[in-house]
Amino acid sequence: MVKAIINDISIEMPEGSSILSAAHAAGVSVPTLCTIKDVSDIGACRVCVVEVEGCERLVPACNTPLEEGMVIKTDTPRVLEARRVNVSLLLSQHKVECALCVRNGNCVLQSLAQELNLLDVPYEASIRTEAWDGAFPLIRDGSKCVRCLRCVQICSKVQGCDVWEVKNRATRMDVGVCAGLPIQEAGCTLCGQCITHCPTGALRVRDDVNAVLEALADPDVACVVQVAPAVRTSWGEALGLSLEVATEGRLAATFKALGFDYVFDTNFAADMTIMEEGSEFVERLGGSGDLPLLTSCCPGWVRYLKAHRPGWLGNLSSAKSPQQMFGALLKEHVGPKLGMTSENGPTRIFHVSCMPCVAKKYEAAVEEMAREEGADVDAVLTVRELIRLVRLMHVDVAQLAEIPFDDPMDEGSGAAVIFGATGGVMEAALRSAYFLVNGVNPDADAFSDVRGMDGWRERTFDIGGGCVRVAIASGLANAARLLDALEAGDVDYDFVEVMACPGGCAGGGGQPIHEARELAGDRGRVLYDLDQCRAVRFSHENPHVSACYEDFLGSPLSECAHHLLHTDQQTWKL
Amino acid sequence: MALMEIEKPRSAQGVIDEVCQTIVRRATAGSAGICPVELAGAFVSLCAAQSCGKCVPCRIGLAQIGALIDAVLDGDATKADLDVLERTARTAYVSADCAIGYEAGAMVLRSLKGFRHDFEAHVRTGRCEGGPRDAVPCAAGCPAHVDIPGYVSLVGAGRFADAVRLIRKDNPFPLACGLICEHPCELTCRRGVVDDAINIRALKRYAVDHAPEMFAVDDEDEIEGVSTGADTDAADGEGERGSAAASAPYHHPETGKRVAVIGGGPAGLSAAYYLALMGHAPTVFEQREHLGGMMRYGIPAYRFPRSELDREIAWIVSQGIDVRLGITVPNDITLQEMRRDFDAVYIAIGAHDEKTLGLEGENAEGVLSAVEMLRAIGDGFLHHFEGQRIVVVGGGNVAMDVARTSMRLGAESVQVVYRRRVEDMTAQAEEIEGAIAEGCEICELMAPVRIVTEDERVVGLEVQPQVIGAVDHGRPKPVKAARPTEVIPCDRVLMAVGQAVGAAALDAGDLPVEWGRIVAGPFGQVPGVEGVFAGGDCETGPATVIRAIAAGKAAARNIDEFLGFDHIISVDVDIPPACAADRAPCGRSNTMERSAQDRMADFAMMEHGLTAQEAIQESGRCLRCDRFGLGALGGGRTFSW
Repeated sequence: MVKAIINDISIEMPEGSSILSAAHAAGVSVPTLCTIKDVSDIGACRVCVVEVEGCERLVPACNTPLEEGMVIKTDTPRVLEARRVNVSLLLSQHKVECALCVRNGNCVLQSLAQELNLLDVPYEASIRTEAWDGAFPLIRDGSKCVRCLRCVQICSKVQGCDVWEVKNRATRMDVGVCAGLPIQEAGCTLCGQCITHCPTGALRVRDDVNAVLEALADPDVACVVQVAPAVRTSWGEALGLSLEVATEGRLAATFKALGFDYVFDTNFAADMTIMEEGSEFVERLGGSGDLPLLTSCCPGWVRYLKAHRPGWLGNLSSAKSPQQMFGALLKEHVGPKLGMTSENGPTRIFHVSCMPCVAKKYEAAVEEMAREEGADVDAVLTVRELIRLVRLMHVDVAQLAEIPFDDPMDEGSGAAVIFGATGGVMEAALRSAYFLVNGVNPDADAFSDVRGMDGWRERTFDIGGGCVRVAIASGLANAARLLDALEAGDVDYDFVEVMACPGGCAGGGGQPIHEARELAGDRGRVLYDLDQCRAVRFSHENPHVSACYEDFLGSPLSECAHHLLHTDQQTWKL
Repeated sequence: MALMEIEKPRSAQGVIDEVCQTIVRRATAGSAGICPVELAGAFVSLCAAQSCGKCVPCRIGLAQIGALIDAVLDGDATKADLDVLERTARTAYVSADCAIGYEAGAMVLRSLKGFRHDFEAHVRTGRCEGGPRDAVPCAAGCPAHVDIPGYVSLVGAGRFADAVRLIRKDNPFPLACGLICEHPCELTCRRGVVDDAINIRALKRYAVDHAPEMFAVDDEDEIEGVSTGADTDAADGEGERGSAAASAPYHHPETGKRVAVIGGGPAGLSAAYYLALMGHAPTVFEQREHLGGMMRYGIPAYRFPRSELDREIAWIVSQGIDVRLGITVPNDITLQEMRRDFDAVYIAIGAHDEKTLGLEGENAEGVLSAVEMLRAIGDGFLHHFEGQRIVVVGGGNVAMDVARTSMRLGAESVQVVYRRRVEDMTAQAEEIEGAIAEGCEICELMAPVRIVTEDERVVGLEVQPQVIGAVDHGRPKPVKAARPTEVIPCDRVLMAVGQAVGAAALDAGDLPVEWGRIVAGPFGQVPGVEGVFAGGDCETGPATVIRAIAAGKAAARNIDEFLGFDHIISVDVDIPPACAADRAPCGRSNTMERSAQDRMADFAMMEHGLTAQEAIQESGRCLRCDRFGLGALGGGRTFSW
């Protein structure tokens, strides 16, 4: 342990702790900009500088280890001057148009300027812009970039993709796409982690709110929305609503209040995914097809494999993601069945999915998954866009009465709702696989050992008829290590779940952004609580799913199911 | 009449002088990784600041040149702008009134020629192709890219064995390099921006001297190629002998592949070492009696004691290298036979032939080439120079080596004859100073004309006095002075005018040869000869030990790849964290030598290592560029290659 004094507060910290973590422990606030806890402490912004007694120069709190006997002051005149100058310098290269910025009110640079009481900048503005394809789901606006290199670090260290790189030197140092490639060709998985870790509005998601507004305003259109599991964990955060208020029932009511005609739950399709992917797994276990089976629910992961490890595509489940299964069933079966379009009513369906994800925007537009009539999913809104829509339409959520999701694609099983947490797909699949093998249900919590926030977990379960070796990874760098180990023969698995975002969709790139807080674990717990409360906890017991097979699909992996719910992962490229 | 004020230096001038000196230091230390276009732009700004503003091409031209270079850097320039830039620079050069302007123009022209590719790449791609290169300047400056901040901090932490382990990841010769490395790392050391470069070489020696267990070998008698007992001045090892296993790095499982390495110098042994770690079976063929190449047959023992060389080589060989001594190619084995019997061949035969000037009398008795003399010493034969007057011809490090060796062999006098000035000598300054301190005389601006003989024996060297003249290819060229020749009477002439790759060696294998060197591709492969690689002095011409080591390291990787493998060389050493301590300016602890009078009397080690006090201070001076600056981004290092 190391003892030190911060602003006259004595503190004892484990050896190797940074001054910043010691300050937090002492309840002392030190502003930061470029650092991401446990990922980056490169000391680029010089905002967290503090005074250490006996040191001629200021030291950055984020990457300076606490030393025995250090006496630290965090807000001396020298410190304040340095912070004010450094933030002013950043502002001189930042396109300050806060009113028009998607991060207005949630921007680290903006709050620093406020905190430091900066009312003007004494430097001439010098703002760099660069062209960007606005149709791509990920948008970089160089005029707002503060060159903190968080995106470079998170993409490299957490996601193992190195899409972003440092280009140029000296005064022209900047963030660029690797090797100067167009972003479409740079191996970007669209996980969106760079967006949720960008301190400003330099990185953002393509905004599709207007397309949705147009559809909502069009009397010829039946507006249908599906809501992903992880959305319900986080949508209240930015609206200032507690979990008690921001319930699933109020989420459904909110969409109705926004003008959607039908509000469905993606969980229905998650249960269906288990039926299809689970059956595929049991088939492969029986000897047809490559093992381990790799889950295919996460389009970031699918993009990763296609761009970085195409040799593994044969192991990827052919099942579409829940979003796409839902879309296909909606437009092919449920929509007509419910009479969503008619001679007198709307002539077409506009299908919106609300997702905690950036890559889903890409997935919805994959041509190979569209049918002749067009895409199965017409627009994808991230949770952040949902919140903007709620604000735009002045929906007073707290005042809404809770309502259920619409039949037949309603809330789904407990197995489905945990899809939004890392390990959830695996746990759901194991619950049903056990049933498929043994004909009886296991204890619903029999496989809860797969839960956790470790980036790579492996477990072995006896599901009857032999042991099944499973692994779960979240964060693509962890997934890459897992694939390396598989390739090297160091590990051997039957079934592997991968989610591109650390913590799964709960930590998705489309989730609300909170500076310096990683909420995937907390949000995941919300999902596990919902699972506990569900009457049905097994995908194969979802009555609407069973009905759908009886009425329409036949059985899992039937020809009809294959046509609608599966895709050939090898044929379509990025 | 107005009174005349006695001018005193203004205090501002003192600061300006200091700034100018800082610029010099900074420019030297900051050369690693800089974008050449950025550098040219910055230099033009400096030149413009010096302009008096009178003449047009300097006043306006330099500013416009600066703006054009800025446009190039901003990605806003076209190819046509490069032409404008060139025209403007040329005009500044040919038409500016004084040197401030025309030299600036000349520099820009040189830049446009010298790094045209960089200018064009900026124009074409709008970005610097170099990117964030060379984040850690010392490691970038080291040809073998040794993790210098890593081992410097390990020395500071007292973890000497780990320091040696870390060095060996990239360089199997920490001992040799601790003593005789030319240390290009120090040239780019960022500490130079503050005060002076870290004494990196001395810290490496300190680590080696304090980790004798890292050189433990199980059975020394079985190690071939070392001259056991050649001298006994062992390092100040504490007598601690660890087990050989503890010092051994990770060896990959055996691959069954055999690689022939021709030449047992630093390049050949480095390649063999890493090939052995990769699981291959290297065999080193050495034509002489001992291993070491130029480290044994070129570097005098007072700089690199043979017992130390043997200690290092014994350890390296013990890592799985088969050694065949006294084997000459093609007399004992042909290249064709090697290609038949081995899976790959690495040629690292060095440059061991002497160059000559073709002077009259060069074959007379008493004329000796430096290479010949040092080679004989390497095999244990010492010439007797007692009472003799020696003249050395040459101005490089080898000339200093033979001059100083001659003093140790009892010469009555040693004169080094050089046709340029002392400051033009290619020898390192400390070598020249050392030679002078030991009593050698430097006769500058003297061009050898003829060796004067009597009865076919040397009696003197006729020299033509020179004056230094115009600069040619960056160096001032000597021209004949309007004075008659002189004769320097002497008993021996030692020719140290450069080395070459042996012609016989070159002819032996039907290899492609250019400019007297073996031709090899960018990855060391000899074109047209499948499975044969070449590197080190025989490919580059005479260079340095660390360059040879780097070549050998690269050869190991490329041969491994050729053999169909992808082995990783790595090390598991955690690096002490960089602390926040202020780096207030502090003098550099230079390496001390034994007094000239004392050291001249023998061939024992001339240099003292740092003391513990000095080593700790020196380690603490390191700015830890692995942690600060762009080094922080990628973690400052890679633990494997």
